[in-house]
Amino acid sequence: MLEVKEVSKTFADFEAVKGISFQANRGEVLGFLGPNGAGKSTTMKVITGFLDPSGGEALICGKSITTERKEAQRFIGYAPENAPLYDEMYVREFLTFIARMREIESERIPDRLKEVLTMCSLNEVAFQKIETLSKGYKRRVSLAQALIHDPKVLILDEPTDGLDPNQKHDMRELIRKLAKEKCILISTHILEEVEEICDRCIIIGEGKKLFEGAPHDLKSKSNKGKIQDVFRAITLKTNVSGVSL
Amino acid sequence: MIRISPAVKHLFVKEFTSYFKTPLGHVFLVIFLFGIGYLTFEPGRGSFFYIREASLGPFFRHIPWMFLFLIPAVSMKLWAEERKTGTVELLLTMPVSVAEAVIAKFLASWAFIGVALLGTFPMVVTVIYLGSPDLGVAFLGYVASFLMAGTLLAVGGFFSALTKNQVVSFILTVVAALFLLMAGSPPILEFVSTVFPKYFVDLLESLSVLGHFDSIERGVFALSNLWFFSVMIVFWLYGSIVLLNENKAD
Repeated sequence: MLEVKEVSKTFADFEAVKGISFQANRGEVLGFLGPNGAGKSTTMKVITGFLDPSGGEALICGKSITTERKEAQRFIGYAPENAPLYDEMYVREFLTFIARMREIESERIPDRLKEVLTMCSLNEVAFQKIETLSKGYKRRVSLAQALIHDPKVLILDEPTDGLDPNQKHDMRELIRKLAKEKCILISTHILEEVEEICDRCIIIGEGKKLFEGAPHDLKSKSNKGKIQDVFRAITLKTNVSGVSL
Repeated sequence: MIRISPAVKHLFVKEFTSYFKTPLGHVFLVIFLFGIGYLTFEPGRGSFFYIREASLGPFFRHIPWMFLFLIPAVSMKLWAEERKTGTVELLLTMPVSVAEAVIAKFLASWAFIGVALLGTFPMVVTVIYLGSPDLGVAFLGYVASFLMAGTLLAVGGFFSALTKNQVVSFILTVVAALFLLMAGSPPILEFVSTVFPKYFVDLLESLSVLGHFDSIERGVFALSNLWFFSVMIVFWLYGSIVLLNENKAD
């Protein structure tokens, strides 16, 4: 469903992503891990078609994001980092706007709205202005706009960042529920999250893929079972006691 | 027939209605309508009562100077705000191209200025009540104002795409708009002719937005005027598209 082939991205003289490849299928949650500035967000921006890759390409349900951008984008739901939203709009109005932009037929929009508002527990704030919402609600609105057209591929850039523990829990529950029929790529630097919701994870550092495998593979590399030790050993390329790579 | 992409239509509607939901739109309308009314009737040479003529001349003469400060206030947020808040990422990952988004936003802001111009209808009613003005000329005056607004909005959109800072975008647009308005004025042309060859002076004169505006406003609607405004709008919109493709990631 999602196929990333040797994607690279260079800004002026800075190489942010250096040839990353991976695949993800329906029913799978792929975790995208890495320190800040590793190239996670840039890779996601290339996959969603916001940025053109400097090399390589990404296929979404067989459509190339570079040569068939609009077709490929129809399959993607994307919640960008920090949940940017049009603050002056009301939640319902905003989601209706996104639904129209996503080319959902007008008669289907009320049903879709009802569905995503319920799914993301937004019913009580549906008639509120986005700027008055708390961070947790804004994240959910951002997720709701990514789900409105029922995309096959969901790309979530740090969806739980800045949420309180209860909100994090709810968000993870929701992602797990969605995972059954979608292909989800989720970036995070919260390691417990990876263990909890991801089937597979990729660690990237300095624009390169450093590890790919199941979270328990990652964990088993540490004799104390500490995933953060393995993460440090991989991304910092140093010896960490108890970790054998 | 040209098929308008649905995304352009929906983005246009969203942008256009947003002017009436934020204080910006209301502040603009009040200041524009009050300001243009005051300038038209203010006591002094060239004012409406002084010239003792049922003409919209004093009204249209002040339009460019109102636009000089008010249009940049409308255009400054077109892209700067989207880029600053990150919503540009949301917008451009939907099935809409940069060019379509630029056009939709530009048309929405242009339509908003159109509404502001329509709001000046009491001026026309007053003149008709007081005498028998040449309505054809009045109509052309509105056409000229609308075309000039489009040009200045396209310029403003370009500067809004250039920076994430709305204040910087405002100032750059005012400076660029002032240059385009004044390009054909005698003091500037005289100064330029002391340094540059004649063909450059002619080129500068032909770039004068005010020159083309005056020509239509006087009732002489030449194809070259329409051509000038169309080329200017297309040129600056194209500039915005190129710029956004380059710097949307910053």
